Amino acid sequence: MIAIVDYGAGNLHSIRQALARLALDARIVEAPAALRDAAALVVPGDGAFGPAAARLRALGWDERIREHVRAGRPFLGICLGMQLLFDESEEDGRHAGLGIVPGRVVRLPDTVKVPHIGWNRLRVVRPSPLLAGVATGAYVYFVHSYYAVPADPAVVAATAPYGVEVPAVVGRGNLWTTQFHPEKSGAVGVRMLQNIARWMVGAGAAVR
Amino acid sequence: MLIRRVIPCLDVRAGRVVKGTRFVDLRDAGDPVELAALYDREGADEVVFLDIAASHEGRGIMEDVVRKTAEVLTIPFMVGGGLRSAEDMRRMLRAGADKVAINTAAVRRPELIHEAARLFGSQCVAVAVDARRTGRGRWEVCVHGGRTPTGMDAVAWSVEAAALGAGELLVTSMDEDGREDGYDLPLLRAVTQAVRIPVIASGGAGTPEHLWAAIVEADADAVLAASIFHYRKYSIAAVKAFLAERGVAVRPVEGQHAASR
Repeated sequence: MIAIVDYGAGNLHSIRQALARLALDARIVEAPAALRDAAALVVPGDGAFGPAAARLRALGWDERIREHVRAGRPFLGICLGMQLLFDESEEDGRHAGLGIVPGRVVRLPDTVKVPHIGWNRLRVVRPSPLLAGVATGAYVYFVHSYYAVPADPAVVAATAPYGVEVPAVVGRGNLWTTQFHPEKSGAVGVRMLQNIARWMVGAGAAVR
Repeated sequence: MLIRRVIPCLDVRAGRVVKGTRFVDLRDAGDPVELAALYDREGADEVVFLDIAASHEGRGIMEDVVRKTAEVLTIPFMVGGGLRSAEDMRRMLRAGADKVAINTAAVRRPELIHEAARLFGSQCVAVAVDARRTGRGRWEVCVHGGRTPTGMDAVAWSVEAAALGAGELLVTSMDEDGREDGYDLPLLRAVTQAVRIPVIASGGAGTPEHLWAAIVEADADAVLAASIFHYRKYSIAAVKAFLAERGVAVRPVEGQHAASR
């Protein structure tokens, strides 16, 4: 089972539907205890960092997510679900994240319009299971005002130019995250979701 | 480098698309879900649903449309019309909308913008500004689907909405809407110069040249149109090809992209 973490943030149905279309057993999970059965974990999310991080902690998700990642099981974070893995964010004050990936979340520069809303081109800088068959120049859909700056630049697999080189795909091993929304990125996104399905199934997530 | 978005808009009443549509390749041209999926396949960058007769019972129907749309769409979509509270917005977002647009409720109580931005993040909170020309270089905000003028200056309100946390502005000219004579470019220019958030141009699109002008002459980040797409005067792909030929960066439509490689 692929568990999609419901911690009260935005749009969970489109990612669940997208995974279900690929014949994956993806379920929205509302209680951390249910993660015991999860072969893979997806943390989606739109919304504000502070309230989301607070909810993850208040509901006990943070420890379960850490355990899952420590066990080396597949983990996918999307948008806010990417940012929450970092040490801290400067969105609306200063808020601690889960501290799973070293680094900070900072605001986009004021040389560009913020939020960054719309389609932008990926620059692929190293291979990843998500980007198989996706080349530099492919368009994907972004909506965000803050971006993650990993302490170790080697975890960045792709960037997108928006005032700065925004880390767009970050991860290693069985932990992968995207700042953009693959489930909203048209045909390119569908290909990435197929890659994600292959990766998760290969790493032991059950097919329906 | 951000590209400009082309956004078909569907006016929905009680779960059905209003304004006639002329799609031969649909089983039911009045079904918003089917129409949105067709636009997705044709290369739309986003879809907007406007619930034009939003009532309490209508909102339940809209929620159902949103849920079904979220099941099939591979691109983002925004829902507006009759959303009165953060709770109304939350319901649409939970049903699968990527963004919500508020107008009357925000004018009545501007703090709602700030509350919604804090709860959901600015990026999914758009403020719809329905503007009516009152003189040279002056526009006033209208509410209740454009029927009620407020006396508020549309540009000043746009600036305030952005400061309160709106992530995007959907600027509709009440004078041009439905006339297909082109967008109100001075209005759009005044707003895009006044704010630092994305602006969606709306109201008056009749030809691809109109979309081009909103982008190039008024610096709109996205162009929204309804009837030119619904009546099959132009396909999304044709419009994007037109814009690309004239130097506007657009997301290539998949089929065209493959063909050009």
